[in-house]
Amino acid sequence: MKSILRGAIAALALTAAGSVAQAADLKACFVYVGPVGDFGWSYQHDQGRLAVEEHFGDRVETAYLESVPEGPDAERAIERFARDGCGLIFTTSFGYMNPTIKVAKKFPDVKFEHATGYKTADNVATYNSKFHEGRYIIGQIAAKQSKTGVAGYIASFPIPEVVSGINAFMLGAQSINPDFKLKVVWVNTWFDPGKEADAAKALIDQGADIITQHTDSTAPLQVAQERGVHGFGQASDMINFAKDAQYTAIIDDWAPYYIERVQEVLDGKWHSHSAWDGIAEGHVVMAPYTNLPDDVVEMAKATEAKIKGGWEPFTGPITKQDGTEAAADGVRLEDGAILGMNWYVKGIDDKLPQ
Amino acid sequence: MFEAVLLTVITAATPLLIAAVGELVVERSGVLNLGVEGMMIMGAVVGFAVANQTGSGSLGVVAAIVAGMAMSALFGFLVLILVTNQVASGLALTILGLGLSGMIGEAFIGVPGLRLPELYIPVLSEIPFVGPVFFQQDALVYVSFLLVGAVSYMLFKTRAGLILRAVGDNHVSAHALGYSVVRVRFMAILFGGACAGLAGAYMSLAYTPQWVENMTAGRGWIALALVVFASWLPFRVVAGAYLFGAVTVLTFHAQAQGLGIPSQFLSSLPYLATIAVLVLISANRRLTLVNTPACLGKPFVPDR
Repeated sequence: MKSILRGAIAALALTAAGSVAQAADLKACFVYVGPVGDFGWSYQHDQGRLAVEEHFGDRVETAYLESVPEGPDAERAIERFARDGCGLIFTTSFGYMNPTIKVAKKFPDVKFEHATGYKTADNVATYNSKFHEGRYIIGQIAAKQSKTGVAGYIASFPIPEVVSGINAFMLGAQSINPDFKLKVVWVNTWFDPGKEADAAKALIDQGADIITQHTDSTAPLQVAQERGVHGFGQASDMINFAKDAQYTAIIDDWAPYYIERVQEVLDGKWHSHSAWDGIAEGHVVMAPYTNLPDDVVEMAKATEAKIKGGWEPFTGPITKQDGTEAAADGVRLEDGAILGMNWYVKGIDDKLPQ
Repeated sequence: MFEAVLLTVITAATPLLIAAVGELVVERSGVLNLGVEGMMIMGAVVGFAVANQTGSGSLGVVAAIVAGMAMSALFGFLVLILVTNQVASGLALTILGLGLSGMIGEAFIGVPGLRLPELYIPVLSEIPFVGPVFFQQDALVYVSFLLVGAVSYMLFKTRAGLILRAVGDNHVSAHALGYSVVRVRFMAILFGGACAGLAGAYMSLAYTPQWVENMTAGRGWIALALVVFASWLPFRVVAGAYLFGAVTVLTFHAQAQGLGIPSQFLSSLPYLATIAVLVLISANRRLTLVNTPACLGKPFVPDR
């Protein structure tokens, strides 16, 4: 009896020691605002997480929470991760900004990365992608391809990131067709396929023959496919849902950034920053150009190369909707102005909700 | 263009209509089933899954109905046999449905769906304006019209409907008269579940042919509210569903027109409009009181 007991204790101790020895060096945790299966925004973040897992193998353990609503629930979720031993937490939506800062204050040893926000702290970094570069390109394609000269834009919330996307799209379109018209519908949600489909139908009924979106589901493109118009995928390649309707998509590739930051934590070199990279650094990728004539593809690729070479789509002359000048000829708009954009460019007839 | 708007209004209103009519029958029998959202989403995922695996939209619809009925059967067992609190059980059903559907649906995320074909009724759909709007819709829209007519006829013109309403108004007397309250209510609950499942199938097979988690996005709760809005009268449910659907669609058109109305206000407009109309039509208190099932939500335990 005694020997069995001793044997059991020894076995237990060994397994305990063994499991400790196999523990990962870092636990990286991810908070998503939508389901991983949205095949858009959150899906792409999860692809980044999977890339981290693949790259680092056993050294890094990952965890994620999906469909966490922005607001008080978010704070609870982030805090739970911090308590669970996560060393690096990625909060992937603008609305997580204040919860992240709050939790970061309570856990100074945990590092936080907040996507698309603007508040940083010693242990909170922000990261963003220059999606507007992609928007400029699709704006150009839209102006070239549209027969009615009207595009429909399904927008989520009037935050600077969305507004700068709309403006960049318009500037791209205006560079081809100065009289291009844009109709914007605000659905006040990041993800509601039914509502997005309704908005797309309304826009098409109003004369738009190009649909683009800043929401996360594939519903608008599906509607475009059914109605015989065209559009652009958002955040990931949605060609499977709209074989004949998708021209291209703006794909967010978070993998290189995530791997880089995890490596920095492992090396002890992590520090807070505001990262903002785009096509040049490979954080924004255009999906293969489909359903387009060759000359339009050439034009798009040429613009891509131009942006890779350092050209900023928000380069003057840019006039605001109220007539004032935002940037003079040849002058680049400052980063701060783009990140805090709350005005429309001239040519958009709508009023911007405040 | 007005025709196109009307078409989208009909498609937006149909899932609400079907789910609400089912819930109306359940509530007329005296049971308050708050699980409509859960049953709807289960219908959506099962319908999509079966349609995807078998390649047949009709089989998907049938499977969705069965799934809705299965969920409601569970609810029926809880509230009729075990006599648990109806409100709590309904809420639990919703939460169960939402989670279970997410689990089942994981394999189907990102899979393009198949859409139910439209049915063209030969001569009638050629009529200039009314034709395409009313006679060139997918099958489930016609089912929704038929459903409302059938439920209205059954409730007010048949003996079965009379018994149902009697059970809902005074289950003690109905029991004393010899009617099996539990059996009547269970059948009503199954019917409500079938309708909710059908409404869910409409969402994932006709409205936006895909599956994403939470795709009903609260429509079950709106259907529930519409039943009360309609004072438990089938044709008023139609009015409510179409009002809600119309205002939702019109807010998008208003935005697309560039009318400059704040979009946040427009988002709340469908709910505000429904409340406003509710206040107006509730002016006739007698009508409301006459139609409210007096035993709604009350548990029934016969003294043996």
